[in-house]
Amino acid sequence: MILDVHCHLSGVPGSTPDERMARLVDYADRIGIDRLCIYMGLTWSHAPTPENFRKQNDEVLDALEHWGHRAFGFVYVSPHFVKESLAELDRCVRDGPMVGVKLWVARRCGEAEIDPIVERATELKAVVFQHTWWKANGNMPGESTPDDLAQLAVRQPQATLICGHTGGDWERGVRAIRSCKNVYADLAGGDPMAGQTEMAVRELGAERVLYGSDAGGRSFASQLAKVTGADIPPEAKRLVLGENTARLLAPILKAKGRSIG
Amino acid sequence: MNVHLSRWPFRRLPLDETPALVRKLRELGVASAWCGSFDALLHRDVAAVNARLFQTCSDPTAAGMLVPFGTVNPMLPDWEEDLRRCHEVFRMRGARLYPNYHGYKLDAPPFARLMQLATDRNLIVQIAATMEDERVHHPLVRVAPVDLAPLPDVLKAVPTARVMLLNALRGPHGGALSVLGKAEQVSFDIATLENVGGVAELIEQVSADRVLYGSHAPFFYPDAAALKLKESALGDDVARKVISGNANRMLNRGA
Repeated sequence: MILDVHCHLSGVPGSTPDERMARLVDYADRIGIDRLCIYMGLTWSHAPTPENFRKQNDEVLDALEHWGHRAFGFVYVSPHFVKESLAELDRCVRDGPMVGVKLWVARRCGEAEIDPIVERATELKAVVFQHTWWKANGNMPGESTPDDLAQLAVRQPQATLICGHTGGDWERGVRAIRSCKNVYADLAGGDPMAGQTEMAVRELGAERVLYGSDAGGRSFASQLAKVTGADIPPEAKRLVLGENTARLLAPILKAKGRSIG
Repeated sequence: MNVHLSRWPFRRLPLDETPALVRKLRELGVASAWCGSFDALLHRDVAAVNARLFQTCSDPTAAGMLVPFGTVNPMLPDWEEDLRRCHEVFRMRGARLYPNYHGYKLDAPPFARLMQLATDRNLIVQIAATMEDERVHHPLVRVAPVDLAPLPDVLKAVPTARVMLLNALRGPHGGALSVLGKAEQVSFDIATLENVGGVAELIEQVSADRVLYGSHAPFFYPDAAALKLKESALGDDVARKVISGNANRMLNRGA
């Protein structure tokens, strides 16, 4: 089974979440991707207000309504609004179908203000996906680096953390998270630079590397090639393509009485 | 249409040994690959770079798959001799340019002269708009993407030029397309094209006659370009144009 840990409703044709989800699934089917993790809505905001992130999460819930058999939702929240974010976690994860948390660029995750959100996610057995980049041309003010995530991982050793994009500059990103055993590397969202997957598997172990695409802004194809084209053993490919993400989601799915499908 | 040989300056790549690259391309069904050399980015002895490229492509282990596209750097003294050797000595079918690594803009007079001389020799001109996402450049070697805005005006003076842009498109809308969408003698490769279904969307924008299969291997996993065609589910006729028909047409126009 191929499970894509990093998908969005943006960059996809369609005027409703359901229409966009249908197009995403159509593209995914063409190249054999079985399940998608979806987060954030039709229109994004770098620093969302509670009203905005609730709206985006409603759009993901809309998409899951008809596509819950093909997709898992992560709740989008902001460390600038901890109280409201905790309430949103309860609404979408504890009381709803979502299974993970998405943190983007509102505030760097090295700051301790984020901790209540991660602690609550961990109580609910939800995985936490944190966007990270190390941009040669400069990060946004609230944009986390893999170093920030490593700090969070030390503060929150029980949390299951996913390092979005492995920092983009993955040769540095892999090193930054190498010693943090509760951090997993998401391969998504950069160009399909040869060697990325080989290095991640070599340094982290295949069990800590996750296939993701960042579709629809990225092509499923270019990102899938990072794994199918990598010089790693077949059993490592199986782990990266889906078995690892399935393992990370298993506790919360079990708690909800669901399976990976 | 977008392959490089030799070594990427900043890391070893899994397929940067030519025999391994040839094997992989063959596995993917590639019969012919237009090749430049990574050495051309930073080496100043371009004549030696082109000679090595020709030699490697001519080696029996390449089994006739590799088609050399030599480099011309119009910022170097006597660059016209490099162009002459590419054409007359090595019988190359085209030249590959790296304006951002070689430090010139497309409105610079030497570029216009190079376009004219290359076209006079019936050479295809490939322009690499980028080599690497600028967000991940080595901090000591940050190279902005080529500004393609001046190209339409340059091409007005060389209407028979055959130009192929490499790594110019991030998505099927905007960017280079807004500048060059109407420049019919310009074609695009799909190596850096993203978005789900991006190839099909690009073809809706510029027609299937101007889109060519390019992988940017071995810098990119060569499997990516092949999977993009599958994701876009092109019809057979359109797929044939992208995979080989357009490239053959470009080559035959120069024959």
